[in-house]
Amino acid sequence: MSFLGKLSLDAIPYHEPILVFTMAAIAIGGLVLLTLITKYKKWGVLWRDWITSVDHKRLGIMYIFVALVMLFRGFSDAIMMRTQLALATSGAPGILPPEHYDQIFTAHGVIMIIFMAMPFMIGLMNIILPLQIGARDVAFPFLNNLSFWLTASGAILINISLVFGEFAKTGWVAYPPLSELTFSPGVGVDYYIWALQISGLGTLLTAVNFLVTVFKMRAPGMTLMKMPIFTWTCTWANILIAASFPILTAVLTMLTLDRYLGFHFFTNDGGGNAMMYINLFWAWGHPEVYILVLPAFGIFSEIISTFTSKRLFGYTSMIYASGAISILGFIVWLHHFFTMGSSANVNAFFGVMTMIIAVPTGVKLFNWLFTIYRGRLQMTVPVMWTLGFMVTFTVGGMTGVLLAIPGADYVLHNSLFLIAHFHNTIIGGAVFGYLAGFAFWFPKAMGFKLNVRWGKAAFWFWIVGFFVAFMPLYVLGFLGMTRRLNHTNNPDWNIWLYIAAGGAVLIMFGIICQVVQLFVSFRDREALDDETGDPWNGHTLEWATSSPPQAYNFAVIPEVHDIDAWTDMKEKGQVYQSKASYEPIHMPKNTAAGVLMGLTLTIFCFAMIWHVWWLAIVGLVGAIAVFIKRCYSNDVDYYVQPEEVLATENAFNLSGSAKNNSKGIKA
Amino acid sequence: MLIRNLCNIALASTVLALSGCSGGVLDPKGQIGIDEKNLIIIATVLMLLVVIPVIVMTLYFAWKYRDTQTHEIYAPKWAHSNKIEAFVWAVPIVIVIVLGVITWESTHSLDPYKPIEGKGKHLTVEVVSLNWKWLFIYPEQGIATVNELVFPANVPVEYKITSESTMNSFFIPQLGSQIYSMAGMETKLHLIANEPGTFKGFSANYSGAGFSGMKFNAIATPTQGDFDKWVSDVKAKGNKLTKANYYELAKASENNPVTYYGDVDKGLFHTIIMKYMPGMKDMKGMKKMTDMPHDMAEHSATPSISQGEE
Amino acid sequence: MSTLSINVEAENTALASHDDHAHEHHDTSGDTVFGFWLYLMTDCLLFASFFATYAVLFMNTVGGVSGKDIFELDFVAVETAALLISSITFGFAMICAQGQKKALTLMWLAITFCLGATFIGMEIYEFTHLIEHGNGPQGSAFLSSFFALVGLHGLHVTAGLIWMAIMMIEVARRGLGKPTVTRLMCLSLFWHFLDIVWICVFTVVYLMGVM
Repeated sequence: MSFLGKLSLDAIPYHEPILVFTMAAIAIGGLVLLTLITKYKKWGVLWRDWITSVDHKRLGIMYIFVALVMLFRGFSDAIMMRTQLALATSGAPGILPPEHYDQIFTAHGVIMIIFMAMPFMIGLMNIILPLQIGARDVAFPFLNNLSFWLTASGAILINISLVFGEFAKTGWVAYPPLSELTFSPGVGVDYYIWALQISGLGTLLTAVNFLVTVFKMRAPGMTLMKMPIFTWTCTWANILIAASFPILTAVLTMLTLDRYLGFHFFTNDGGGNAMMYINLFWAWGHPEVYILVLPAFGIFSEIISTFTSKRLFGYTSMIYASGAISILGFIVWLHHFFTMGSSANVNAFFGVMTMIIAVPTGVKLFNWLFTIYRGRLQMTVPVMWTLGFMVTFTVGGMTGVLLAIPGADYVLHNSLFLIAHFHNTIIGGAVFGYLAGFAFWFPKAMGFKLNVRWGKAAFWFWIVGFFVAFMPLYVLGFLGMTRRLNHTNNPDWNIWLYIAAGGAVLIMFGIICQVVQLFVSFRDREALDDETGDPWNGHTLEWATSSPPQAYNFAVIPEVHDIDAWTDMKEKGQVYQSKASYEPIHMPKNTAAGVLMGLTLTIFCFAMIWHVWWLAIVGLVGAIAVFIKRCYSNDVDYYVQPEEVLATENAFNLSGSAKNNSKGIKA
Repeated sequence: MLIRNLCNIALASTVLALSGCSGGVLDPKGQIGIDEKNLIIIATVLMLLVVIPVIVMTLYFAWKYRDTQTHEIYAPKWAHSNKIEAFVWAVPIVIVIVLGVITWESTHSLDPYKPIEGKGKHLTVEVVSLNWKWLFIYPEQGIATVNELVFPANVPVEYKITSESTMNSFFIPQLGSQIYSMAGMETKLHLIANEPGTFKGFSANYSGAGFSGMKFNAIATPTQGDFDKWVSDVKAKGNKLTKANYYELAKASENNPVTYYGDVDKGLFHTIIMKYMPGMKDMKGMKKMTDMPHDMAEHSATPSISQGEE
Repeated sequence: MSTLSINVEAENTALASHDDHAHEHHDTSGDTVFGFWLYLMTDCLLFASFFATYAVLFMNTVGGVSGKDIFELDFVAVETAALLISSITFGFAMICAQGQKKALTLMWLAITFCLGATFIGMEIYEFTHLIEHGNGPQGSAFLSSFFALVGLHGLHVTAGLIWMAIMMIEVARRGLGKPTVTRLMCLSLFWHFLDIVWICVFTVVYLMGVM
């Protein structure tokens, strides 16, 4: 074993023109960015206010930043796949050989689920959840920072795989025996394992952190049944994370042992059982999709009730419906492999259990409908995403129930029908939700609203693009086209493949509109300024703070008497009132420990991937040392002084009440 | 919204039109496939009973209660109604109960392991997925083929399926169900072709670089006689598949041409399944194969396995 | 990774309790213990996954050794006793810590540490013994799942021992302040949890294995 393990110059794919081009683009972009930061002397700000911050709002923004960057990466993969399939028809080879194409669809899946959707969801939860329950931060602020850096480490590892070596060529599920050393001898699967493992650890810590936050740190008066609906759905999602991510950790550990130490968990020989992997993987994987979609449901609920200026219809049944979805989500994993040859009784049981999930989901849809009923619906961008979701998701839900019928699944399994279905639910459900939440809470996080015109343009491109891109896949599924094909040779399919590629281009325009929207909104931030902190006449406590909120969120912890706590306070005229004096506020201090641990663990994982054992030990010991040092540091907190609080609060309340009075709300 | 609806309608009608089109799961040529197509249609129609009203209501409510409609009733605190709640729980529950019953029944009647009744004796074909091609062994006829499957129409076929290496899925969309092929174990599938024809078959589970080329033609001959003639033609070609040259065949290769074997070693299929199970009887013959290097990578048969042999 | 996750979680939750200032902020030691307890539940599921895998794979000996051939119940019984007693001694340590008796706490912690180290030492001996006789984890799926399950528990105990060593230094240096006692409480939860897991391992793997 050489000093650098398996690492050598051959690991850099300089013979692949697409990759060389990508690398050059990343290098140039990176250099420009670094130069700009240096030129405008922003290193200090970056370090103090962001990288080492333990403020949940800033961490949330960083999560969403990672999510957006990874969205670009994952979407580039999608465009390449659709282009390949549109070109490689009727026996043509297309532009991407299997060697490359197989990595792309694997990376697309992993990135979109683990490094786009998850950070986006966790980012929104980070920003909003503590505000909604009237807390000053999460229960364990340093842990929160660490979670972020673990997620970022995973994302970094995946991107390193572009430059050094390769990514997995197994599909995002990495089923053995294909993912075993025998059939995937390269480092691709190792990148997959370590990137998922380290980010999964971060996610697990986040869930524990937020569960403690929700159960222990709610404002006085906020009983569980007075918690805002978004907080509730996030809580269900966190329970699901806490219950399912350990299974992912376990199954990845077993695959690691197989690949590194010659164990026989899932190998063909030695008595291994690949079916065990598939069961465990989906015992995590199925709850995972509910982890993604439940918070989105919460976002839609908040948006609909805010923009109809009305209470949410059926708050209690929404909560029970979410709970039912969470629990049922754990006993349906087998529907991912009806075709494995289980007995009819087993298949039928899991099929019926899966269908039952349609009941609480249907209830939610009806509740949103009846929230609009007798309301005053404002056609804002978040509302458009919500309505788009309700239409799209209903279709996705229907095809999902169809796939849950084993008899239908026997012919639709692994076909493009399945691909269309889960994009229909994940894009139409989760992603639309996050984008709605992004538009809805953007002013809260950044202090100014987003440009509406570009937002609407983005929405229309996205939704039309979505239907144009994915409806043909339903058709292709019926025509018998299976997933993960590198090229096709069936003239009947061509037209649908072309249409789907066109749809992907439309979605690309949608994404471009969003980039322009961010740029335009930042340019016009003065005009779009949100000085009251309550731009939409919101219902819940996050709108009781300034935009962006102070580091301490609330100068005085509010007392809660209603589900719509902020509406209640506004109606009672208890808002925007400064006190004569404030107590000092206890806050956690910034720390570099999180980013250092992220860095050392990235080194550890990278070294493990390339079998550079000495470096792996250095990385691991480094991470543990940083951690222990942080634990024994006494210098972890500080107090915001009353005078400072008073000055800030006075300024905010003045502008808030002025705006409030002009709106005609009695304050 | 209008555009979207038009899109939906257009697509829905295309899908319906497609059922007349050639070659997919909506154009079945075998009993299992026909039953599955009907199941899909019935379930879809049932679900549309809820789905269409929900979509229509969404758009209608959004339009009717938009903020400029100040003459509409506005009830900002109205958030609960027992009647509506009962309704919104009851409707999905009823639909799911109906679907659940259909699911339970159809899952049992379409169980891939269940022999097809009332069509006489099954023809048995042993299916092995290799990297990246299909091997079909006809134990009763004593022949084998690669990437071509031939059987008489109107005769039920029992497929015994396994894999040499990675997991694949044996699928002929126009005939119906698919089932995974997994190394070291046997899965089963029963299909029938109601009419003669050539149907596309392939692997429906990604298995590596050569996966896209893992295709075969499934040919249903018009009569038993045609099938018998085909069998004797294959036999006439000679070309024996032995345990020894099976190893050559099992080496990774892509886009394999159709190959015929007029003779096959008895019990080859069983040997392939059992090769990963040292300690079982058949190990002796296949011992060599496990130790041979896999072409994709250094496949190490661990020393302790040999110990188990002692 | 599991060792790391324990350290991360355990030490960090302990950390969050680290504020003994009097102020309007609520007392966080309860949060810390609750958070740690939640972490233990997730750890429990990690073990559950390994147990499930063991249950599926323990028959797959591919003609090699089975539990009957390799488990030495007497040896494991002694190992088990060491760990069980260490749970009791940790209990004494906690009582002393609550009573602010520094020297006694340290003594009981030291005894617990020795018992834990005995357990780990015996486990390492068992593993090396098995590997030397050609029954390493590469032998069969049964051996793989056995080594992984028992090894996972062993890694946890090792992490617990490291944590305990750090706690002993802390108690010796800083005394028994509130944050230190909270940390000890988390460690004690951890230690008892590992005891319970071991009882399951002993029953499912060893007792049922030789039956």
